[in-house]
Amino acid sequence: MEPASVRVFSLRKILTGAGFLPFIVRRLLTAVVLILGMTFIAFSVTQLVPGDPVAANLGQSAYSDPEIVAAFKKEFGLDQPVYIQYVTYVGNLLQGDLGTSLSSKRPVTEDLKEYFPATLEIAMFAVFVALFLGILLGTISAMTRDRLPDQIIRVFSLTGVSMPVFWTAITAFYIFFFVLGWAPGTGRLEPGAEPPPNVTGLFTIDALLDGDFSTSRQALSYLLLPALVLAVYALGVITRFTRASVLEILGNDYVRSARAKGLSEFTVIRRHVLRPALLSIITIAGVAFASLLAGSVLVENVFSWPGLGQYAYRAAVGLDLPGIMGVSMIVATVFILMNLVVDILYRVIDPQMRDAG
Amino acid sequence: MTLLKVTDLTVTLATSSGSAQAVRNLSFEIGSGEILGIAGESGSGKTMTALSILGLLPYKGKAEGSIYFDGREILTSSKKEYRNIRGKEIAMIFQDPMTSLHPMLTIQTQLTEHLRHHRKVSKDSARQSALELLSIVKIPDPAAALSAHPNQFSGGMRQRIAIAMALACEPKLLIADEPTTALDVTVQAGILKLLHQLRSERNLSIMVITHDLGVLSSLTDRIMIMYAGSEAESGKTSDLLLHPRHPYTEGLISALPGFAKEGKVLTSIRGVPPELGNFPSGCAFHKRCSYAQASCSSEIPTAIQISDSHRIYCPINPLTENSVR
Amino acid sequence: MSDLKVARKGMVKNSNSIWRQPLAIFGIAIVGMWIILAVFAPWIAPYDPYSQEFDKFVPPSAAHWMGTDELNRDVLSRVIYGARISLPYALLLVILSALIGSTIGAISGYFGGKVDSVIMRITDIFFAFPGIILAMAVAAALGPEIRNAVIAVTIVAWPVYARLVRSLILNAKQNDYVTASSLLGSSSLRTLLVDLRPNISGPVFVLAALEVGTALLLLSGLSFLGLGAQPPSAEWGAMVSMGAVNFDRWWVGLFPGLAILTAVLAFNFIGDTLRDALDPRTAKALRD
Repeated sequence: MEPASVRVFSLRKILTGAGFLPFIVRRLLTAVVLILGMTFIAFSVTQLVPGDPVAANLGQSAYSDPEIVAAFKKEFGLDQPVYIQYVTYVGNLLQGDLGTSLSSKRPVTEDLKEYFPATLEIAMFAVFVALFLGILLGTISAMTRDRLPDQIIRVFSLTGVSMPVFWTAITAFYIFFFVLGWAPGTGRLEPGAEPPPNVTGLFTIDALLDGDFSTSRQALSYLLLPALVLAVYALGVITRFTRASVLEILGNDYVRSARAKGLSEFTVIRRHVLRPALLSIITIAGVAFASLLAGSVLVENVFSWPGLGQYAYRAAVGLDLPGIMGVSMIVATVFILMNLVVDILYRVIDPQMRDAG
Repeated sequence: MTLLKVTDLTVTLATSSGSAQAVRNLSFEIGSGEILGIAGESGSGKTMTALSILGLLPYKGKAEGSIYFDGREILTSSKKEYRNIRGKEIAMIFQDPMTSLHPMLTIQTQLTEHLRHHRKVSKDSARQSALELLSIVKIPDPAAALSAHPNQFSGGMRQRIAIAMALACEPKLLIADEPTTALDVTVQAGILKLLHQLRSERNLSIMVITHDLGVLSSLTDRIMIMYAGSEAESGKTSDLLLHPRHPYTEGLISALPGFAKEGKVLTSIRGVPPELGNFPSGCAFHKRCSYAQASCSSEIPTAIQISDSHRIYCPINPLTENSVR
Repeated sequence: MSDLKVARKGMVKNSNSIWRQPLAIFGIAIVGMWIILAVFAPWIAPYDPYSQEFDKFVPPSAAHWMGTDELNRDVLSRVIYGARISLPYALLLVILSALIGSTIGAISGYFGGKVDSVIMRITDIFFAFPGIILAMAVAAALGPEIRNAVIAVTIVAWPVYARLVRSLILNAKQNDYVTASSLLGSSSLRTLLVDLRPNISGPVFVLAALEVGTALLLLSGLSFLGLGAQPPSAEWGAMVSMGAVNFDRWWVGLFPGLAILTAVLAFNFIGDTLRDALDPRTAKALRD
């Protein structure tokens, strides 16, 4: 049995010391404090007047019946004093229980499992398009500085970040579905079609895994338009940022040295400019990804896409604390993972950071 | 035998307040195996002169006049023709070795990429050449250096690597823009010695840009002094340093402790060098010149030959043969 | 004393270049157009925006340049009157969030220590919360109404100003003129307001200019979802939502959306140009 003083000493070292384990522990603690803070804010919002979660989730006729109201309150613990409600929720949360959604009446984890993949499907497609096209267009823009291609790309990207995404959605829907008939209707699949057996929740992948190519293609055709609409804002941001990034790097001494060696402009861009540029572009890609959640709330609304955006809307409108926190935490987790990926990519791209350790 | 002949070079740059001339009607020559030093204060146009030879002027910069290199006019080169000259026939090293090497690429890549581009050699053959280059510039353990990155080397070593990089395709002319300015004094001597050696062993012509008269005295055969984009004086190094005939050169040298007359107070040139776009009329130096006369503010000075190799641009030629140090 | 004056002047603005950029002029012209339309709407709009006397769903024609909507109202008049709602509220939102955020950031940066840690934690929590969800929830709780939507988005938008101001103050605190000023006896408030403010207001202003577009998009987005302006309000986002329901009558949603687009675009032009002129790095890149 170690003496108490030695045990206290190790705890201190873990909290403040250097090295991998203390780092992880500190990060985890910060995350926990962050999440607790978020619960406090979310809970306060649901208690704001004149908002009432009960009224928000019961129909008008049901709300006028005192028995139904009482039953609802009891079921979700809303009859308890405010501070008890909060403590109960946080207590459960710390044990990994996300609670039951007031708006869907199902466990939040089930809701998330059902709605998250749908959003992930269009978000991944959107990110891929935005990154690929964005870096390409931004580099072209920088290379042809102030000439025609640059002017055109700049106008387009500036317009892209100025478009209200809900308006882009209905305009695109009108043109490509109603007028041109190129795009299928709303939703993820044809009305009445069977979704593929659930493996990942991404219909395109699941159908492929099931060997069902036609359903996979159908799912792809339904996701194209919402994904592209979602990509527009991120595409604009990444294009503009890439242009600025590349221009700045083009002014660096080592680019001048590369040119002074007689290398082709293409080689200079490919080998000397893109790698440093990639570093800052990765960072902005993270920010662009953030915009995707806000966008998905609106895009999923227009395209009746059953994803996290729609769920978030229902939870917010229903003042549904477990639902709100559920969505928020998934988003926060995605962020943390993305930051990790960015950190790793940084080390891969920049040898200086690698050498430094 | 003349390798480089620049005639009436004028460089115009675009600034936030309009266009400005950084270099005005400059003419000079460099022979094969000759080391020419171009000296002057900041803003005299030295770097723009160098960049215009390689067609590397900054965005919206323009050069006019004539630059004759190795028997042909290169000022009117197309982008493709310039790329054929850069790194292959004329190479350049820059002032700050901390920023002029790419931080993310290996030394091997940076030493061999243009070699392979210009001469189409194999990767192994290029690697061999890179090893030889590194030993010529005296980098210890060349094999390990090849797979390292610039941030692992000191300033002096990086400049040596930059020189190795410049030599890779065996150019005829090396332009060195302030090669030792960013380095410690103790390291400078080594670089200068290296450049001297390269000239002797390879008959390499070198154009050294500097504001450091000490560098000039130890390295160069001839010097051209620039002021406000134009030449003030040019000639053999010994002539200029011991018998300067332009008031500006005289001022520069008397400001140096090593050259001053014993017992006399050190002087400095009053005033500050003019800013780009704001050059005074006539002889740009007239406002700071102790010998200036009324005509100096309106007459643009033409060349006065002091001897075969020594000339000044000054209408009054106030200093005589007897200003001996 | 004169050194203090010089130092207080802060960042040198290269104001010449702003006026030379055609994009900025274009942006100012469009914003000017909307302001004129908003102020003189009663004289410029052809009809009463709330009048339901016309035919339903008339496509764009000579009598109705932008057609009529689902409640028989003239779309053009509603779009013009919409400027009186969307623009002032968006500007109000930016001013509010900038003021609140800057104050919090200034307190945090200036006093440092425990105050700073606590405020920074709180700011981090607000940053971690997905903005749109918080905004939707607040708007829903307070009752869907344009004023509550402004409050909701302000709550989401202030942290970005706080972070900026805090870092600006932390940088400025290290400058000698600040130390000199307090040694001469300036109170903390005076130091903050007099010595530091000139260096802070520039970047904050640029940020605010860039944020007006975002504010407009968020506000109209909330209205689109039914959580902002309510009928019969001629707010642009709410009009677009009716366009979504009746998407085959393309004019109902297209024109209000175009209004939002042009206004946001114009503010982005201005903001972009301001940022390029005032940011030392990009200003240098523009000059070279």
